[in-house]
Amino acid sequence: MESEILKIVELSAAFDEHTVLRGINLGIPGEKVTAIMGPSGCGKTTLIRCINRMHELVPGARVSGKVYLAGEDIYRLNPIIVRRRVGMVFQRPNPFPTMSIYDNVIAGYKLNGIKLKKSEADRIVEESLTKAALWDEVKDSIYKRGTFLSGGQQQRLCVARALAMKPQILLLDEPTSALDPKATARIEELIGELKQDVTIILVTHNIGQAARVSDYTAFLYLGELIEFGTTEKLFTVPEDKRTEEYLTGKFG
Amino acid sequence: MGQANGLSRHLANAYPGGILQFLNRNTRAIGLGDRVFTKAILVCGIAIVVLLLGIFVTLMIESLPAIRAFGIGFIGSKNWDPVAGAFGGLPFLVGTLITSLLALGLAVPFAVSIAILLGEYWKRGPHAGLLRSAVDLLAGIPSVIYGFWGLMVLVPLVRTFELKIHVAPYGVGIFTASIVLAVMIIPYAAALGREVIELVPADLKEAAYSMGATRSEVVRRVILPHASSGILAGILLALGRAVGETMAVTMVIGNSNFLPKSIFSPANTMASVIANEFTEATDEIHLASLVEIGLLLFAVTIVINIVGRYIIHRASVEA
Amino acid sequence: MKEKSLSGRIMSDKMFITGISILSFLVLVPLILILIYIVRNGISVVNWKFLVSLPRPVGEPGGGISNALVGTAILIGLACVVSVPLGIASGIFLSEQRRSKFAYVVRLFTEVLQGIPSIVIGIIAYLWIVKQLGGFSALSGGIALGIMMLPVVIRSTEETLKLIPHSLREASLALGVPYYRTVLKVLLPAALGGITTGIILSIARIAGETAPLLFTVFGSPFMETNIFKPVNSLPLLIFNYATSPYPEWHSLAWGASFVLVVFVLGMNLLSKLVASKWKVRY
Ligand SMILES: Nc1ncnc2c1ncn2[C@@H]1O[C@H](COP(=O)(O)OP(=O)(O)O)[C@@H](O)[C@H]1O
Ligand SMILES: [Mg+2]
Repeated sequence: MESEILKIVELSAAFDEHTVLRGINLGIPGEKVTAIMGPSGCGKTTLIRCINRMHELVPGARVSGKVYLAGEDIYRLNPIIVRRRVGMVFQRPNPFPTMSIYDNVIAGYKLNGIKLKKSEADRIVEESLTKAALWDEVKDSIYKRGTFLSGGQQQRLCVARALAMKPQILLLDEPTSALDPKATARIEELIGELKQDVTIILVTHNIGQAARVSDYTAFLYLGELIEFGTTEKLFTVPEDKRTEEYLTGKFG
Repeated sequence: MGQANGLSRHLANAYPGGILQFLNRNTRAIGLGDRVFTKAILVCGIAIVVLLLGIFVTLMIESLPAIRAFGIGFIGSKNWDPVAGAFGGLPFLVGTLITSLLALGLAVPFAVSIAILLGEYWKRGPHAGLLRSAVDLLAGIPSVIYGFWGLMVLVPLVRTFELKIHVAPYGVGIFTASIVLAVMIIPYAAALGREVIELVPADLKEAAYSMGATRSEVVRRVILPHASSGILAGILLALGRAVGETMAVTMVIGNSNFLPKSIFSPANTMASVIANEFTEATDEIHLASLVEIGLLLFAVTIVINIVGRYIIHRASVEA
Repeated sequence: MKEKSLSGRIMSDKMFITGISILSFLVLVPLILILIYIVRNGISVVNWKFLVSLPRPVGEPGGGISNALVGTAILIGLACVVSVPLGIASGIFLSEQRRSKFAYVVRLFTEVLQGIPSIVIGIIAYLWIVKQLGGFSALSGGIALGIMMLPVVIRSTEETLKLIPHSLREASLALGVPYYRTVLKVLLPAALGGITTGIILSIARIAGETAPLLFTVFGSPFMETNIFKPVNSLPLLIFNYATSPYPEWHSLAWGASFVLVVFVLGMNLLSKLVASKWKVRY
């Protein structure tokens, strides 16, 4: 396996007494797309929220184990630093409603009080929107509110917002589940283009989506990691019976 | 700075082979900014509590001379004579009670009608818009203007009426004050009533309709019984308003410190006697007696408000 | 049990709706009467001179309400200074700590505060400020009005913040924005429209409050802008003129009433405008 940018060791997570992840061990290869797949409620969202330390914001949240980002234990870093290095895009598009498209893209800087020169800000906005494949569509209305865009555009704006912080890892939590098929195809295409710049972890319960866009796939079931490998191998010769059952639609 | 560095409490978990740490207790507010912010808003919350307690304690302390001098008899004594140094609150308690209850009696039929119309019949449309704006307008007119209007327009009318029915034609008095008060509290009671009527579940109403009930039967047999406790609470809160209302009452009640003999007598309420005499009260015991009346007023409105809110809260949780 | 005839039931249905409609629209009668009196008696008095001149002693013609307008503006300003920062911060506290026991207490106390009669607030401002400073002042009245505004500001802040979707908070936190900046720079701006609406409505309410001013700002025949001196205010002027025996003063009081009602209605309209224009789409 290539160089791992993220290493998860014996990770368990819980909401109060309700344990939802048990002893996850996983190495995520850099500059690839890794899909996390599994039936609804198996802990996919919780897993990626442990990676950017968002899990702990829920009252009663607990975690044990280690997560190393480029060799550093993220639970020994300031969570704010972790979250700037690990971007996240949510299930539903959530642009900041009071900000323009422009301000949305550089929100990570503005809200953190990081001063940018105008030229620098312009460059980041254009670059991020271009990477998120949104620039051409919005370049003439960049000072309009982000909430006036379509759902798919909003989601790409959220991708641009995350990319603007130049994260090492981008977490996508079922980014297309609230979108129509056309917008979904657009986002999937985008994921393929982005992997040169950033390591992507894509949560999906859509088997087809995992097959189409990911290089590696992890299959999660009832809070445990059942199988992890190249997407090709996992989809053609799964080792575990439960993976096979899931892929053939026996459950979930 | 700000890491979870060993601060997290380690707690054994049912999961074998691992100890799950509680995270959020320590990691929600990291950094200095977060800690300052969290403390600052907490302090503001505390300030509200301190403010209210401060009001209560101040009223207590400042009315101590009167409480010491007259004890519990203050409430039962009907003699209020600042010149003679006699202070009894009974006339004002009675004045307040009669005025507000009379106002409430006058206001309730109107308020409930409006609540039913706006809450059930006309949820939108021009009628509803007109009625709602009118009610809002009524609620927005300052109390001193109600008082002025009452003084200029209502008092002469009431005087004529009093002549007709052969009672002393003061014009001012409890009766006039009650009418003005009633107009003032209708919007408030109606708004609260509308809210609880809107909360009546649709399936309950549909069940009644499906059994062939007419709309008014649904209102009377289903909606009103279901919303009754909420409507009652609304009426109670409106009573709280009436009890505390000052200016309009002060201007038309006639300001008499004697126990009222009839509903046409001039009188004073707790609020109006304070408004009238507070700036003139030079000796300590007079001021303390007025503050004690303020304390009573405070206590009465708090009890009314807490009970009313509690009933409404319970009603909206049940719905 | 006797079954009522259908036509009878339909009749009573009609009578019911007619009855409550009549009762409801009867409420328009006092409203219209009051408005007619204010407009008819007020408009004949109100002109530019009325707005910019000082009150005159009885017998002298003319005379206006300029000092009352200035005084009311000062009082509203002071009330906002007292209540807006504290109210918004307390509202944030209630919304952020919404499940804590202490927040429950603060919420209850806020409701109780809202129910306290204005005359009692007047007593408090007298005891706390007037007695300490040794005299009536705009400051004491401003504080009294501020205490009255406070619960409204708190509640509108809390209610508006509670309506903001959780996803917005997460979006900010996931960008590595600290919690306090998330609240102040993401949530608060999104709530600003609702909070402003609440503030405007509460200004409309306190602008007409008289009782808490009786023994705090007291009133004054002069133009006074010193917040440590007694000032005049619109509702106080109305009260003093209305309860005087002079018809000339009554007509000035109608004029002042007209101005006050126009201001209150204007604020109500403004609040609706703000609420609709400033609507945040999520
Ligand atoms: N905020 C929460 N509080 C308590 N339990 C939660 C919370 N969020 C999720 N869970 C529980 O954790 C489990 C995993 O949830 P999640 O990670 O969201 O699954 P997935 O994303 O795979 O659908 C579910 O059983 C869910 O009920
Ligand atoms: Mg999920």
